[in-house]
Amino acid sequence: MRRWFVLIVIVAIVAAPVLLPEFYVTLFGYVGLATLVALGLVLLTGVSGQTSFGQATFVGIAAYSTTLLTRFEGAPPVVGLAVGLILTGTIAWLLGLITARLSGHFLALVSVAWGISFFSLFGTLPALHGFNGIGDIPPLRIGSLSAANPRVNLGVIWVTAAIVMAISANLLDSRVGRAIRTLNGARLMGESVGIDTVRLSRSVFVIAALYAGIAGFLFAHFQRFINPTPFNLGASIDYLFMVIIGGSESLWGAPLGATLVVVLRDQFNDWIPRLTGRAGDFEALVFSLVVILLLQRVPSGLLPLLTRFAPPRRPSAALPRHPPASPLRHPPASPLRHPPATPRRHPPAAFPRHPPACPGDLSRQGAGVDPPDEPGDDVGAVRGDGGGAMPVDGGRGIPTLAKWGKELLSLEGVSRNFAGLAAARDVNFNVHACEIVALIGPNGAGKTTLFNLISGVLPPGSGTIRLFGQPGGNLAPRQVAALGVARTFQHVKLLPARGVLENIALGTHLSGRAGLWRAMLRLDRAEEATLLATAREQAIRLGLGHVLDMPAGDLPLGQQRVVEIARALCLRPRLLLLDEPAAGLRLPEKQHLAALLRQLRAEGMGVLLVEHDMDFVMQLADRVIVMDFGQKIAEGPPDQVRSDPAVREAYLGGVT
Amino acid sequence: MDLFVFLALLQDGITTGAIYLLLAIGLLIVFSVTRVIFVPQGDLLAFGTLTVASLQSGHLPGTLWLLDGVAAVALVVSLCRGGRAAVMGVLAWGVFPLVLTLAAVLLAPYQVPAISILLALAIVTPMGPLIWRFAFRPVAGASVLALLILAMALHFVLIGAGLVFFGPEEASAPALTEASFDLGTLNVSDQSLAVLLCCAALVSGLRWFFGATIHGKALRATASDRIGARLVGIDAAATGALAFGLASFIAALAGVLIGAVTPLSYDAGFDIGLKGFVAAIMGGLVSYPMAAAGAVLVGVLESLVSFWASAYREVIVFTLLIPVLVWLSLRSGSPEDRA
Repeated sequence: MRRWFVLIVIVAIVAAPVLLPEFYVTLFGYVGLATLVALGLVLLTGVSGQTSFGQATFVGIAAYSTTLLTRFEGAPPVVGLAVGLILTGTIAWLLGLITARLSGHFLALVSVAWGISFFSLFGTLPALHGFNGIGDIPPLRIGSLSAANPRVNLGVIWVTAAIVMAISANLLDSRVGRAIRTLNGARLMGESVGIDTVRLSRSVFVIAALYAGIAGFLFAHFQRFINPTPFNLGASIDYLFMVIIGGSESLWGAPLGATLVVVLRDQFNDWIPRLTGRAGDFEALVFSLVVILLLQRVPSGLLPLLTRFAPPRRPSAALPRHPPASPLRHPPASPLRHPPATPRRHPPAAFPRHPPACPGDLSRQGAGVDPPDEPGDDVGAVRGDGGGAMPVDGGRGIPTLAKWGKELLSLEGVSRNFAGLAAARDVNFNVHACEIVALIGPNGAGKTTLFNLISGVLPPGSGTIRLFGQPGGNLAPRQVAALGVARTFQHVKLLPARGVLENIALGTHLSGRAGLWRAMLRLDRAEEATLLATAREQAIRLGLGHVLDMPAGDLPLGQQRVVEIARALCLRPRLLLLDEPAAGLRLPEKQHLAALLRQLRAEGMGVLLVEHDMDFVMQLADRVIVMDFGQKIAEGPPDQVRSDPAVREAYLGGVT
Repeated sequence: MDLFVFLALLQDGITTGAIYLLLAIGLLIVFSVTRVIFVPQGDLLAFGTLTVASLQSGHLPGTLWLLDGVAAVALVVSLCRGGRAAVMGVLAWGVFPLVLTLAAVLLAPYQVPAISILLALAIVTPMGPLIWRFAFRPVAGASVLALLILAMALHFVLIGAGLVFFGPEEASAPALTEASFDLGTLNVSDQSLAVLLCCAALVSGLRWFFGATIHGKALRATASDRIGARLVGIDAAATGALAFGLASFIAALAGVLIGAVTPLSYDAGFDIGLKGFVAAIMGGLVSYPMAAAGAVLVGVLESLVSFWASAYREVIVFTLLIPVLVWLSLRSGSPEDRA
């Protein structure tokens, strides 16, 4: 079905320039140009959740650049294109620099302001000839074929649009594409897996501007006359309407919306004056009313309506089918054994099959749990910027985890106030490798605040946080992640509409290096396969093998927590922070989780967990830290803490 | 430029700055209560000017028929609901428009400025609640961006309506007073003072409203915590209507005031509204006195710039936003999840 649809579109693109009457050739030329701009807005608005009311400005900057260079300086159009794109890209980058850290509607409103500013500049700068415009722009030439012919132009425009659409689709289906999706309402989660969300949102903004720039270049040489009018605020808003009407969540929304808006406007301009007998008065009014109705009735656009009845999309080639799904939620026999189906990237023989257990603690490995395969296989090799932080074993080049039992995290006198409320007061504790430390305490005791302090979400008010011996207090969350700290959230943070595998694969972000350009040109496939294999491995290890393609938001809450843990494990952390991992899990799931955590401990990981389920905590933790009103009131092995009078008082109230 | 010109420009700037301040207040009220960035507020301002101008020339303004038409639809809708809504609906969308239309038909021919101004305020103010009722309330839970896009579409609807009703010509509102007095060498018009006085009166009125009345407190509660306000029984639909009503009243008043200083055409409101927004950003994010300072700064700067380089007026005013945003950017901490 989809293939046929794509085929029909391609045939239409090829046939249209030849078969259509002249009027429609011009009209669909404009549709193609608008599609280019709208594709950028799908990435910007639909995928990354930002909005720009200034795209027509970028079209204008590129159009004027190429016009001035080719018309007056005699430069070849290629130079005009390059200069136009450099200008639009630079201006977008600067605007992004200013606004990327602010919330979404700021960018939108500022874009209104710069849209008006630039429009006013287009109209007043003497070099641009004001509203009289500039004519006689040289047409494009491809060899001997001059694109002065509108039919050739239409072909050029639509081939360009198809290419841009293809590279956009490549981009979305990649490591960077996954990261871009976290920009829309899940930035904190993105940062926690190592994504530089500020830089990335600026990049998306620049890409959208460049698409508009390409459209501007084609527009100038297609129409061969420009004046400021097509670059005004109204045009920018039309581009946004296209995306909203078409459907901002899919790239196909762009051509659909562009077609609808351009054709509707044309038809309204044609029919309404005939009906009302007055030209120019009612068209914009009626068009805007239609837009409002569509915004209210079909807020996610028309495309979802059209595709609702289409057969579901087959899993893409990049996601080969997982082994036959077990009807049980968890494979019962040996849940932690790596499934043989997953091909290993390195022969296991290269690594010690059984790593040394934690010192003096062989006994606590859970019975029946296989000692793990090499725990940190190729951590340093795959991880990009985190590699340096990883201690390298004796010059053999084989990265290992921190020395068993080494201190991973220490807090010394850490305090943090919120408007007079001491959420953390002079807290001291540490976490070692091969250790599970539980942080417990009544609600409001400051446990989650400590998590946020450790993971870099909040800077500490005072005191020292050391991660792996380095000062960690003032690092950004993504820098903490790069050091080898992974976390989950008390309130689950997933991309609910995306598949489980894709959500887990977010955790592999730091292991990959392919950036925007490699993703767009499909040069990232080998790396992408590795990343997805890692994600699949973790998913199967956590018993999620049968739900890989399901939207993460459709899972029960407990399972969503497990997805978060799988995502965290993809970071191959040395220290794992779990915020209430067992909440919402059923008993067998809790036991499965406990077994997994024991195994991770045996592999040398340090685990710090906040949990309210006391049975879970007491059977699992090596050490328990009890918090109350921001202060540590007790610390020790579970049995000792359980009988501590201060703890009893905090939980049960004073016995008097 | 000599001192005299400078002072005259300053006077102009402060007057328009006061108008921007009013709009900034309206924008902040609507945004904090409903999360709608009320772009069409500027268009309602133009409606205010053009409606009073139309009444002053002895015509019944098209906005009156627009109000009657939309109110009739609202009447039918609330009658279908039945119960208390129907009673309120009949009063608000049946009796009120009827009385207003009668009053306009009877009183417009006299062309008394004060009556025309009151009629214009009464015609334009209900448009805010009607806009809320039909455009925003059905999608009140949508994201800020979706609401903003809707507001943009609505702006085009209002511009289109303005063109149909008033045509492309500019028109002026009657001055509250023609008098003026001399302050040293400077001729101060009483209209400028009247604008400032109205502005001060409105600000103190709003202060009282938000501080002392139950409805004002309901608005503040909704602004600080939308869900919490609903949980204690504050009617979200009613607070929204009230916020939009305040904003459209402010816009209509601003239109009546500024229309006497500068003639406006149907599409002139948008830029004015946007400058109100610039003022709101510049000041409102720090404090209300800063919002006032920001509004006056925008007004004065615009007035001075139009003397030196009128062609680049818009560019310079909107470029003002950039240093403010850079500062805000530097101040904001780690990225948090955003709506």
